[in-house]
Amino acid sequence: MNKIFDKIKSGNKTGYLMSMPYVVYFSVFVAFPLAFSFFLIFHKWNIITPMEWVGLRNFDRLFHDMQFLKSIRNTLVFLAIHIPLQISVALFFAIQLNKKIKFRGFFRALFFLPVIVSGVVITILWEQLYSYETGLLNLILTRFGFARIPWINSPEWAMPSIAIMATWKNVGLYIILFLVGLQGIPGYLYEAAEIDGAKPYQRFFHITVPALNNTMMLVVILSTIGGFSLFIEPFVMTGGGPMSSTLSAMLYIYNQAFYFGHMGYAATMGFFFAFIILIVILIQKKVVERD
Amino acid sequence: MGKKNNIWVYLSLAFGGLIFAYPFLWMMSATFKPEMEIAKIGLLSANFNLENYRAVFDKIPIGRALLNSVFVSSCVTFSAVLFGSIVGYALSRLQFWGRDLILGVILFTMVIPFQITLIPMYILMVKFGWVDSYLSLIVPGMISTFGILLFRQFFLDIPQDLIDAARIDGCNDFAVLFKIFFPLSKPVIITVGILSFMASWNDVLWPLIVIRVRELMTMPQMVTIFKVGGQAEGQIGSQLAAAALLAVPIVIVYAFFQRYFIESMATTGLKN
Repeated sequence: MNKIFDKIKSGNKTGYLMSMPYVVYFSVFVAFPLAFSFFLIFHKWNIITPMEWVGLRNFDRLFHDMQFLKSIRNTLVFLAIHIPLQISVALFFAIQLNKKIKFRGFFRALFFLPVIVSGVVITILWEQLYSYETGLLNLILTRFGFARIPWINSPEWAMPSIAIMATWKNVGLYIILFLVGLQGIPGYLYEAAEIDGAKPYQRFFHITVPALNNTMMLVVILSTIGGFSLFIEPFVMTGGGPMSSTLSAMLYIYNQAFYFGHMGYAATMGFFFAFIILIVILIQKKVVERD
Repeated sequence: MGKKNNIWVYLSLAFGGLIFAYPFLWMMSATFKPEMEIAKIGLLSANFNLENYRAVFDKIPIGRALLNSVFVSSCVTFSAVLFGSIVGYALSRLQFWGRDLILGVILFTMVIPFQITLIPMYILMVKFGWVDSYLSLIVPGMISTFGILLFRQFFLDIPQDLIDAARIDGCNDFAVLFKIFFPLSKPVIITVGILSFMASWNDVLWPLIVIRVRELMTMPQMVTIFKVGGQAEGQIGSQLAAAALLAVPIVIVYAFFQRYFIESMATTGLKN
């Protein structure tokens, strides 16, 4: 103990002073909430009446809660559409933008525009685009002789519709990340492959795709986190419906905590979802390291 | 290769551009149209007017919400840059026991999903008495851990000679940071500034949780409540007008500084 004290004394005093803001922030807004969250998951509490110890009953309830299981299923549906769509669209436009063309900056800025605009704006706008009778998308479909699609009005279409909207909002960021990755591929690789007679699709699958592996993992990780954080889109657009088909993980936590006042149970779900996210990230990391 | 290929590139980019731009144009045009004319593919109307915006200003204190958002986001941005640079300086340029421990803790906290701390954070706000106060919107965002890391990384590359010379002139560490390092650190200040501002400006979930009185609501929260809470009375035009009022300020700023926005937000990719 004394030894540590000596070390602290001999260290740079200003260093401690300047680190103080973070140490205080960490203690109050990270360490305490983390510890308290671990405490909460064993309790039943609505903030007003005294806490009640319930042991592992919150977890027991979790695995028998149909709505909770549904929210996981919905999140998986979201990710199953969002991730492949996001990667293919972003990669397509990144490859176009990587060619020697004019107006590159203009297109880059245009694709990026939805990224900086608030999700609330995007959601209010897309609710109108998706509207069954009067929405822009169905107007265009009927103009070309197709049937209307019940975008956010049917349980089958609602979550895919939100996934398409989320892709439209975020893809600009991933176009930029893929573009950075593409610019890191040395041109001689393509020249050598061309001399060896490799066809364009072979060059794509044997040079471009492997070189972008890390970027793809990043897209998967960020999208997974995004999927489990999905909140404002269903909150504003569908309220979780129809028939709970867009009830996202975060929306369910929000409802449990701030609508029903089930703090302990909501904390348990938060804990569980955080755990899932960490596991997904760890698996991704392992996959990347193995390559 | 050659010209013929390029035509397809331009065509696909133009098509993509249309998909990204047209909904925004359609939204802007709809905000000026009478309710009956919104359900059209085209943008033009002979009856453009400001009724939808008037309805928004009549029904909700949207001006106040804009001021709240500007105030909250400015405070968060200013302090994220200030504290980010101070802590970043200590972690890159000063020797003291526990420095690597702090760095390790910062890297560790970056992977903690917010789902796990959200509920306890709300309870903390209740216990502090910060619900329905600017404090709950500002204080938890005052430090950006990613900002600290960006400043630290940038400061590591500044030559020691500059510090030594300033020390001889009698500068202490704070003076070195603000007088020598700050003028050299424009790129990182811009990045941390934009990231903090955007995170605070666009956040809805946290304000929804900690703010209930209308006078303190931030702009995105106010627009959300306007739509979800039923005050918009199902009027599509005024919902879109409220959304436009939220989008336009940031789009204008983006139009002038788009390069900085894109570069800053692309650094979030390096986070993991």
